[in-house]
Amino acid sequence: MKAIVVGCGRTGSAIALQLSAEGWEVTVVDEQEEALGRLGPRWQGRFVLGHGMDDGVLREAGIEQADAVVVATDGDNTNIVVGQLVQKRYGLGCVVVRVLDPARAEFYAARGLRTVCPTQTAISVLADAVRSCQTGARA
Amino acid sequence: MYAVVAGGGKVGANVMRSLLAMGHEATLVEQRRDRFDVLQEEFGHQVLLGDATEIHVLEAAGIARPPDQVLAVTGDDEDNLVICQIAKEGYSVRRAIARVNDPRNQQLFDLLGITQTVCATTGILALVEHETPGHGFVRLLPLRKENLEIVEVQIPAGSPAAGARLDRLALPEGSRVITVVHDGQAEIAIGSTEIRAGDQVLAVLRPGVERELRQVLLGELR
Repeated sequence: MKAIVVGCGRTGSAIALQLSAEGWEVTVVDEQEEALGRLGPRWQGRFVLGHGMDDGVLREAGIEQADAVVVATDGDNTNIVVGQLVQKRYGLGCVVVRVLDPARAEFYAARGLRTVCPTQTAISVLADAVRSCQTGARA
Repeated sequence: MYAVVAGGGKVGANVMRSLLAMGHEATLVEQRRDRFDVLQEEFGHQVLLGDATEIHVLEAAGIARPPDQVLAVTGDDEDNLVICQIAKEGYSVRRAIARVNDPRNQQLFDLLGITQTVCATTGILALVEHETPGHGFVRLLPLRKENLEIVEVQIPAGSPAAGARLDRLALPEGSRVITVVHDGQAEIAIGSTEIRAGDQVLAVLRPGVERELRQVLLGELR
């Protein structure tokens, strides 16, 4: 199976390494060449330099043969636009998009984009942690 | 009329000035503190500090009224796209106009349903084409929604079309000559209209037949 990861920051690079370890054929896209360093010296997959909104870059990354695309640059709006582009132009079913702002994540999720919101996850986890505390106790 | 203007750079500030001068009600949204401070001196409470791609900021600007128009004129194409999508799809704003900063992104706006766009670069290039002597083929007006384009062609001496009646020309399928201007006199084109060297011809065409049309009217080789 082939996957493209757009954005090679902390999240993108970790996902790329994880998918690769699970046997996926992974191509990473990032605007900055230094980002390649995050994948480590033993990176076996491909790396394409460029912007995810650029059709030429997506094609070079093999969008036409891809089974899954993960969009995780540091810009919410870039991710939202790239995700929709991949969905609409290439008809790809598995497009997962990171959106940090919970309101925008929800807005686009309601319109058929598979958004993942780490902020919302953090909110839930923190709230659960507080609920499970022994309140009133002092050491 | 109520308008929300997103982006308080040179474009946004001037759009705002014009709207207010026309007597309209408008709110300008700017996310940079330093720019906001300057704009506030001029526009007072009509400027809002915040990121216009955040829904709560748009709501503070009155997106839920909804405004008659939303003008997304920031320097960032992704932001302009998202602002227009939220306005149209989330709040049924009827007119959401986006500024396109990089003309290469134009297709993307079309693909994502934002068809009302303005691109300064494309406008400037159209003028450059128009002013360059010997440039016989000018794209006057793209009709994106209709998937058509209106072009102006200056018939050169030696063109295979010069001296021919319109109905004798092998114009490509998907194109039609609308008018012929001869010595400053415009004529609605019909079959018997004769085309002469030096005439200006307006034609409507589908994208993709441009090369064939150029061959017929300009005599360009394949």
